[in-house]
Amino acid sequence: MVSISAYLRRGMVAGLLAGLLAGLFAFFVGEPYVDGAIRLEEAAGGGGEEVFGRATQRAGLFLATGLFGVTVGGVFGLVYAYFRGRLSLERDWYRSLSLAAALFAGVFLIPFVKYPANPPTVGDPATIGERTVAYFAMVGLSVLVVLSAWLVARWLKGRGFGAPARQTVVGLGVLAAVTVLFAVLPSAPDPGSFPSGMLWGFRLSSLGTQAVFWAGLGAVFGILCERANRRRAL
Amino acid sequence: MEKRLESIPLRDVPLWSWLTAALFLAALFLLLSASGELLTPFLGQAAMATDYVHELAHDGRHLLAVPCH
Repeated sequence: MVSISAYLRRGMVAGLLAGLLAGLFAFFVGEPYVDGAIRLEEAAGGGGEEVFGRATQRAGLFLATGLFGVTVGGVFGLVYAYFRGRLSLERDWYRSLSLAAALFAGVFLIPFVKYPANPPTVGDPATIGERTVAYFAMVGLSVLVVLSAWLVARWLKGRGFGAPARQTVVGLGVLAAVTVLFAVLPSAPDPGSFPSGMLWGFRLSSLGTQAVFWAGLGAVFGILCERANRRRAL
Repeated sequence: MEKRLESIPLRDVPLWSWLTAALFLAALFLLLSASGELLTPFLGQAAMATDYVHELAHDGRHLLAVPCH
């Protein structure tokens, strides 16, 4: 029996590595767009007093993705400890990757399609409170959709439904639930006259940053579990 | 080959792991969101201190796709 704390530890280590890796990706791919947006803001006479300079904020990127990694990784480890025995997959490598993929969809991808990432200057500062609440509500509800999809799939499997019937039903259910969420929650802020090429580039690099993080988390966590299994088998 | 996996019943999940998860999620919220404004009704002006974290993590927040400004 492997204790929960071992999974927590592995999750934090895997999350830190994945967070720093995602930070590297964001630094080289995403930062040019952040800088570009800030230059536009300054050219328009906006921006105002900043607490930290740009150099500090750029270094802060790694602090942000690193801390994000450790905390998300820790929660991932705890969740994994609970779901490990409940997933039908054979090996920790596949279990880790599929849990990471499911959480990527629920925590990031579905909310991202509804509320895509915005570079600095897009969005009215007066509405930041409402937008933050709407975003995190979307994250919570999307995670709930993914969890429900898994529960329903498992229940149908227990009642003897084959994979095609099961997956079609669950797929349609997810589609319906996500459509309702998109219709009911407040709409995303209008980027206004922000250059669309730069906006697209920024959003793509944001998607890439999160994809690198979740892929890295699933892979490193899977490797750590497999390694621990081999050691115990000796 | 692995033996049949043991799974923990939900009621047996230890309290410390719930608390750790809650603590981590709270830390994430402080790190990622412009929480100063949201927490002001509860903490008053002290809540604005969290905006320093917010500013330092500025680029990361944007690129991790959390709303900002």
